[in-house]
Formats: sequence, structure tokens, C-alpha cells
Amino acid sequence: MASVATPSGPAGIAGLWDRLSIRTKRVVWAWAFLAVPIVFYAGIRFYPTFQAFWLSLTDWDLLRPAAFIGLENYRRLFADPVFWQVFRNTFAYLILGTPISLVLAFVIAFYLDRVRFMHGLIRALYFLPFLTTAAAMAWVWRWFYQPVPIGVINGLLSAVGIAQQPFLRSVDQALPAIMVTAIWAGLGFQIIIFMAGLRAIPLTYYEAARIDGLGEWAILRKITLPLLKPTTVFLVVFSSIGFLRIFDQVYNMTTNDPGGPLNSTKPLVLMIYQTAFSSYDMGYAAAQTVVLFTILLIVSLIQLWLLRNRT
Amino acid sequence: MLTKIKCAGLAVGISILALGQAQAVEIEYWQYVFDTRVKAMDQLIEKFEVANPDITVKHVTFPYADYQTRVVAAKVAGQGPDVVQLFYGWLDNFVAGGLIQPLDPSVFPPEEIERDFFPIVSAMKRDGHYYGLPTAVRSLALFYNKQLFQEAGLDPDSPPQTLDELVEAAKATTKYDASGNITSEGITVEMGGQDHHWWREVLIRQFGGKPYSEDGRQVAYNDAAGLAAISFHSGLQTEHKVGQAGFMDEGQAAFRAGLAAMTIDGTFRLGAFSSNPFEWGVAELPANADGVRSNYSSYFANAIGATAEGEELEAAQKFLAYISSPEAMQIWLDVVGELPARKEVALTEDNLANPIYGPFLKGLEYAHTTRFVDEAAQRQVVIDMENRILLEGQDPAESLAQAAREEQAILDRFYGK
Repeated sequence: MASVATPSGPAGIAGLWDRLSIRTKRVVWAWAFLAVPIVFYAGIRFYPTFQAFWLSLTDWDLLRPAAFIGLENYRRLFADPVFWQVFRNTFAYLILGTPISLVLAFVIAFYLDRVRFMHGLIRALYFLPFLTTAAAMAWVWRWFYQPVPIGVINGLLSAVGIAQQPFLRSVDQALPAIMVTAIWAGLGFQIIIFMAGLRAIPLTYYEAARIDGLGEWAILRKITLPLLKPTTVFLVVFSSIGFLRIFDQVYNMTTNDPGGPLNSTKPLVLMIYQTAFSSYDMGYAAAQTVVLFTILLIVSLIQLWLLRNRT
Repeated sequence: MLTKIKCAGLAVGISILALGQAQAVEIEYWQYVFDTRVKAMDQLIEKFEVANPDITVKHVTFPYADYQTRVVAAKVAGQGPDVVQLFYGWLDNFVAGGLIQPLDPSVFPPEEIERDFFPIVSAMKRDGHYYGLPTAVRSLALFYNKQLFQEAGLDPDSPPQTLDELVEAAKATTKYDASGNITSEGITVEMGGQDHHWWREVLIRQFGGKPYSEDGRQVAYNDAAGLAAISFHSGLQTEHKVGQAGFMDEGQAAFRAGLAAMTIDGTFRLGAFSSNPFEWGVAELPANADGVRSNYSSYFANAIGATAEGEELEAAQKFLAYISSPEAMQIWLDVVGELPARKEVALTEDNLANPIYGPFLKGLEYAHTTRFVDEAAQRQVVIDMENRILLEGQDPAESLAQAAREEQAILDRFYGK
């Protein structure tokens, strides 16, 4: 590559180089630089990805040599009730988490946009959780959710005479309890993006609408939301992938019984982690990874298609 | 680069000097990072090298979470350790992966091993061959808070000796608030901690059963004894209300905070509990009504890497013999606080009279060791079994049967390979 670009190279190549137009030379140069990250990326991302597809067809356990077992891992996976539980959990995080967090973020951004008083401070307060390490935050929340005498929330409930709640020690409450913290953690980022989107809508549209006598609700529906579509698409995809890959919060809030109680909070990524690095069942874990990859791919494609089609 | 050349030069020089004399051998010793264990091993290596000037030992450590992966990766790369530490429960995997070699019976005679070590060393034996020897072992005991005992009007110097006494003491020491919530536990209830060992190797046996078949391949607890054992344990929360799973997040945290009168834990917790701001004591795990006691013991053993051969193998054998010698065990006890694996070193009058080590050592004499094939997954089975009873109100017998099926599936998958 370098010799192609060097004018003082052998006459043949130099002659060839001189004959190229400036435009072509630019393209060659651009590709020369782009090749480095592409090769790097292919090496550390794509190659292992394809390797994972292959591993998912073997019984590799780190220690013994991998043997090809066909689709046995997938058969085992689809017959495993824990997998279906985990599958439901993962989609619960996605289907509840994404809309709730986006609606909340939009409402907050919409009103925050109009607030002048202490605007910067409020925005910073919302953004702060996004900057905090997920693990540290999860541990703080974990202590909030404890039973009396140390749990802050249960302490308050008891003080006003309400029975204490099990939160993380309940098969029904644990997943929502964890999801709340995940939504809270991502809110700041979504608010900032929404506000940037809102600011990008030209004020003249609003002025024209007001002169025409449109109400606030109509303005929101006819102008703000449609013009905010690119922002929304980005956030929906981004946040969906985030919820599908949720791990830190769950793992850190349930380390004594990861993904528990009774697998009620376990997302797919945590199942993969346990299968691979606790049971050393690499082939089975690879099969789970392939399933996650497929889900991520399908969900992203559906979202892009849905949100693009309506324009 | 320059230093590398210098080093190389130095090495050449030294090897020329060493020609004619005995060639110096370097062997590698691997263990995971744990401050006191690393310190103790450094001391042992120092003493070993003084006694064996022709051998140098390179001490290599890895974080616990990466440890197994590193050992495997090194084997694949052909650069395995000469002496390696492993948890007894990993043995089958290490043997199957060809990571370690059996001990030479002429250097480590099996009858001597069986005579000198606690019987739990048999967990390192496969098909008549020993694959490793422990320096130190761990066992369980009942920790109790003397202050809370005193406040409840109990004698702080006579901890419960039987399961019935345990329940009585727990009832006396549990504190509740006006709504009936526990504010201080009588005894911690936590299958995710050491309680699953207590249930598996102690309670089941005390209720007349056994957890597994002789060869460890069949689950044997799905019977009346297993049911009585899990009913007793979950009953601490549901029937006697003297403990609550998840209280203070973890049992050991509750005990350290002075909010649990009793907890069952291992020797490895002694360090963390040493700074407790109250007086506490250690007692043997309670016996059943007939006086039957049991305990669970575990250990890390040292084994010889599969790649060691020739003079490296000889050096590795010498080193392994030294780190499982009485002298090494005493150093390990003093520095790490783990119990010696040889009976003669452990069961001295001094040690047995020690109010802290004594109960743990007595436990070793009748301790059992579970042959885990995937400890985390098997622990999870027991955690889930109790959670189904506590959180979903499932019938204990059904929950027990389900746990037995799940654990049998784990065993079958492992032994079926």
C-alpha cells in the first residue's frame, strides 16, 4: 500500500500513480487510511463473530477439544424452560423499558426546554446518573430496596404504616424494581438528545402555526412530533439495543443469586455470561449468543422499517 | 531492548559459569490472588529456595475470576505451570483437560497420604491415583454474637449444641419491630452463602439420609431425610420466624453489623470477622437429637502440571512435597488462618484448645466433601429450591423433587461426556 503511494518508488508504479487523476488519488488515499480500522475491526469483531457461529455447533468447554455436535445446543436451548423465562424477561425489559423511558424523556425534555430558571442545573441533575458507573448505582439502589432496618424505601413505607415490600426478594417485583433504575440511568442521555432535537426545529414553524391559531396540542402533534422523528428513531433503536443487552444493573443488584430470585430478573446476556464463565459451557453459550444476535438484528430491522415507512 | 540484550548476555554468562555444576532449574507456581495466600507462599518459596539452592520458583498469580481461564489458555499455548493450585471441585475438569498429571506413587505413596492427611483428601483421588495435595483445608462452624446472647439472657459461653437448642437460642435472640418485621435475626438464612453446604452435607445426614450416591453421580436426597432437612431450614424463616433470606443483603453482613445472633460460615470468614466491634464466639455445628454431627470441608490443592518432565518434574515434586509438609502447614495457619491438612499438625493440643480454631478442627474429623461438577450451578439448584418454597409457596416435597431432577441433569451432562 505504501509503495503505491510513494512517488519515488519504481518507475512503473510511479508512472501508474502519476497517470491517476487527483480524484482517484484522493480515493486511494482515503482507502489507505480507512483500511487500518477496517482490518482491525474485521480482526477483533467480525472474525470472532463468525467463530461464535461455529462454536455454537460444538460442545467446547475450554478444556477438551471442541467436537462438532450439529444443532444439539439449539435443541437444548429451546427445550430449556429457563431460556424461555429469560427470553420473556429480556422482552419485558425491552417492551416496558423503551416506551416508558422515551415518553418520560420526551415529557421532561419538552418542559425543560421551556424552563429558563436554573435550566442548566436541572439538566445537569438529570444527566448525572448517565455519567455514574452502572455498577456503583446498582449497589446504591440495591441498598435502597433492602428490608428494614437498613432499606430506605421500606423504612419510609413502615414509617407511614404501609407493610414493607420485598422488592428484589420477590418474583413479581424484582424485574420492575431493577428496570426503574435502568430507566433512571438512561434518562439523562435521552433528555439531552431530545432537547437537541427540539432546538433544531425552526421557530418560524411555531410562529406560523400560532398565527394560524393552532392550539398547543395540535402544534405538538402536527409539528413537534413529526419533525422530531429522526431523533426518535435514533433513540428508539439505541434504547432498545440497550435494554436487550441489559446486564450491569441486573448482575450488580442480584449478585447473591444472579438474575434471581428464581430467574425472574435474568436477561439473556446474564445467562450467556453464566453459561460461559461460570459453567464453562462455551458451545452452549455461543448458541445463546447467536440467538441474542438474531434478536437484536430482527428488532433493529423491524424498528428501522416501521419508523421509516410512515414518512 | 537493550535490557533484553543485557539479560540475554547475563544468562549466557551464568549458564557458562554453571556448566559443570548442577544446572539451575526454574519452575513456575500458579495460584490466584488473595493477599495473605500470596504472602504465605512467598515465605514458603523463600525457605524452599534456601534449602534447594539449585531450584528457583517463579510465583505467578492471577485474579480469581480469570484463574481457570488462564490455566486453560496457558495449556493451549504450551506454557503451563509446573505446580498449580486448584479447587478440589475442579479436579475432574483439570484431569479431563490434561492440565495436570497424577502424582508419582513412589514419591507420594498413597498409603502415607491416607495415613497423614484428613480423609477429605480422597477427593483428589481418581482411579487409585492422587492428583494433588492440599496445604490447608476449610470447614464450617457456628459463629455467635456473645453480646446478643447476653442481652437475651443466654449464657454467652455455652452456645447451642443441638438443632433444637439452636432454634431455641435463635427464638430468644430475634428482635422484631411493631409491625412484626425482623430488626435483628436469631440466625441468618441464606442458601446462597454457606447454608447450601450445611443443608447438603450436614442437615440431610443428620435427618438420616445422604446427599449423593457413593460415586457422587446420583442425587440421593429426594426422600424423607431431604424433605426434613429442607423443611427445617426453610422453617427457620416460615415457622420459627428467626431469620429472613435477604435480610441485610447477606448473612455475613448482618452478623458483622451485630444484627444477627448466629450465622454459619467458614474458616475463610475469620479475617473479615476479626474486626467485629463486639465479642463473638465459634462453636461446632449443632448435632441432631442423637448426637450425630457432620461438617462440610473444602480446600485448594496443589498439583503438578501436565507439561512438567525431567528435572523440572523432579523440582516440582520437591516443591509440592515441601508445600504440603508440616512446616509449611504451620506457616499457612499462622499467615492465612486456614487449617492444616495433616492430622498431626492440625490436631495438636494447642490448636484444639484454641477457642477459634478448635471447633473448626473438631469439625474436620467428621467432615464430608461434595464432589461438585459445577459448583455455581449446583448451588443455584438449592437456592432456587428454597426460593420456590419461600417466595412462591410451593410444597417443599415438590420443590425438593424438582431440585433433585435439575441437579441430576447437571451431573448426567457432566458424566455423560
